[in-house]
Amino acid sequence: MVKPKTRIPIPKRPAEERIKDFNEVAIGYTEKEAVEEASRCIQCPDKPCVTGCPVGVDIPRFIKFVREKKFEEAYKVIKEKCPIPAITGRVCPQEKQCEKMCRLAKIGQPIAIGALERFAADWAREHGISIDEKPNQLMGKSIAVVGSGPAGIVVASDLARLGYQVTVFEALHVPGGVLVYGIPEFRLPKKIVYEELKNLKDIGVNIETGVIVGKTITVYDLLKEFDAVFIGSGAGNPKFLNIPGENLGRIYTANEYLTRVNLMKAYMFPAYDTPIHRGKRVAVIGGGNTAMDAARTALRLGAEEVYVVYRRTRREMPAREEEIANAEEEGIKFLFLVQPVEFLGKSKVEALKLEKMKLGEPDETGRPRPIPTGETITIDIDIAITAIGFNPNPLIPKMTPEIKIDKHGRIIVDKEARTTMPRVYAGGDIVIGEGTVIEAMGWGRIAAKTIHKDLTTA
Amino acid sequence: MSFEIIGKKSLAEGIVEMDVHAPRVACSARPGQFVIVMACEECERIPLTLVDWSCRDGWIRLVFQEVGVSTYKLGMMNVGDRLYHVVGPLGNPTHVEKFGVVAVVAGGVAIAAAYPIARAFREAGNIVVSFIGARTSRLLIYRDYITKISDEMHISTDDGSEGFKGFVTQLLEKRFAEGFKPNLVWVVGPAPMMRSCSVVTKRFEIKTIASLNPIMVCGMGMCGACRVRIKNEIRFTCVDGPEFDAWDVDWDELIQRLSAYREEESYALKLFLESRKVKGG
Repeated sequence: MVKPKTRIPIPKRPAEERIKDFNEVAIGYTEKEAVEEASRCIQCPDKPCVTGCPVGVDIPRFIKFVREKKFEEAYKVIKEKCPIPAITGRVCPQEKQCEKMCRLAKIGQPIAIGALERFAADWAREHGISIDEKPNQLMGKSIAVVGSGPAGIVVASDLARLGYQVTVFEALHVPGGVLVYGIPEFRLPKKIVYEELKNLKDIGVNIETGVIVGKTITVYDLLKEFDAVFIGSGAGNPKFLNIPGENLGRIYTANEYLTRVNLMKAYMFPAYDTPIHRGKRVAVIGGGNTAMDAARTALRLGAEEVYVVYRRTRREMPAREEEIANAEEEGIKFLFLVQPVEFLGKSKVEALKLEKMKLGEPDETGRPRPIPTGETITIDIDIAITAIGFNPNPLIPKMTPEIKIDKHGRIIVDKEARTTMPRVYAGGDIVIGEGTVIEAMGWGRIAAKTIHKDLTTA
Repeated sequence: MSFEIIGKKSLAEGIVEMDVHAPRVACSARPGQFVIVMACEECERIPLTLVDWSCRDGWIRLVFQEVGVSTYKLGMMNVGDRLYHVVGPLGNPTHVEKFGVVAVVAGGVAIAAAYPIARAFREAGNIVVSFIGARTSRLLIYRDYITKISDEMHISTDDGSEGFKGFVTQLLEKRFAEGFKPNLVWVVGPAPMMRSCSVVTKRFEIKTIASLNPIMVCGMGMCGACRVRIKNEIRFTCVDGPEFDAWDVDWDELIQRLSAYREEESYALKLFLESRKVKGG
């Protein structure tokens, strides 16, 4: 076989078709495409890609199996380290992690590791391959996991495999955390999330929805019942611009907007009861993945013009390159170097006043600092969505003073994920602030190791 | 969790009392807190004040008015059915201590929500003077419960079918003018009624706590749908409230935000009621 020099792009539905529905944008590789892409891998012995993976998937080994058309084996290799490959294959920022470290990135285009991971996971699901088995030996100890997002899933999965009895407590009515309320259907179909979570149940993890730890039951209650508690309650607390007019009608936080659409299926209103406003001209404020998700959702809800308003330039946007490119292809308009200063309108938002910015010296984040110029422009809008970031969920620290937090409200842990309260561990966004799915999973892995170590050596 | 309906009663036309098996919630509930329920998978998440509960028997009691599609669907459920989802208790409990004389003011379906709070104030040794109001006498739900735990009871109806003819806040104002001066006023009801109440109590300089009822989605501080302006700062009713000092609330903004989905709601309700007719309901 002739090795293709350039990377095989993951097939996507055409932009004009995909903006009309909420179905998945990327189609995924065929077997042939996957094998071809996998054959580009040079199988370097020092495996730099693995160092870029927060959960340490043995990437060259799984890619070798894909090349050999041993797809089930490839899937098994990934599953050794990653319990939810169909999800991470879709939403990981590979270009900043594994693919960034790929040798081929230096001389051309890196291997499409994410697309191959997704391929292996989808292939296994479509072929009914399940390798999740209950452990043979039980530890006789039980663990409570607070939150069923990416961090909680890894902790639960790792500890259940080691033979612990794990119960996951989820506040919402379905498990999955940000994977179900935050990430849109067109980027991560909920069916995929539920399939992956089913595997967790298959290995004996008990998931209880509708339980808010800190309200329904306390961490103290959990410590009476369980040998250890892991807190992965996330960073779902939205930040605000604190500018005039912010509480006008039809101004959403990205979390409200996405929760209504993703979790409550407002895009199917009135078949589902939860409504959402479908605007004609929508402004989304922010430059991260959440902003891209909100903007592309607005487009699919029928908006004629959607603006992403960002105070720096395209280069500084924290969103994944692939998602920015998807948004551009779909016709999202970008207004760079502008900062919202006021929402205008009577009861509903009618316009957004923006101040033009210029870039100055780098700030503490290493990115050039936006500097106000005093010049303003005003755009007419009928919906606004703010996606300017999140604070850690304050509920558990507030109800559990023994758990110390830093000045940003993040739970303080040692490097092995122990909080300041005995037998209580934490990870994910509640510890790191705003991270990615895979970073949260990395913390889950660390916490699971520590919990196992502490419970077996104590 | 089963969330089985174990009791159901019609209190007045369109107002339903429901007992739901929810042992974890029942054992943590305190006066002033609420739950979010979903009658079905397609239903909205509805915040409802906890009206009563029993940790020993594992139930919570809810009272709601059928106003939108999801509350209609909830009202159609019967003993033995299971709610799709119940989460709680949410929000902060009412701050209860011995203030002296506490006036509890409630309007409409919220009279039921006032009951556990009035009871808690009474149990803490306060003299409880209750003011309840509704459109007409048939809608004075929970009157007997409130009467039983109140030292004094005042009733108003818009149509004068019982008690004072007019709004409950007018009745309150009348009593203030006659020299009634409680140490605290606690109010729950429709937002315009609470706004009027805060105007009256401010004039008579009587500290007032209001239990707010904005549109809410998540109920746990994640989405920001229930944000309210308190002393010009954004606060979340679900995690910072639901109770705030009534004088600090930006009532106009709250009332405006409450009307956000009025068109969508009436459209959906019309469709729903028509579909029920077709099905021979």
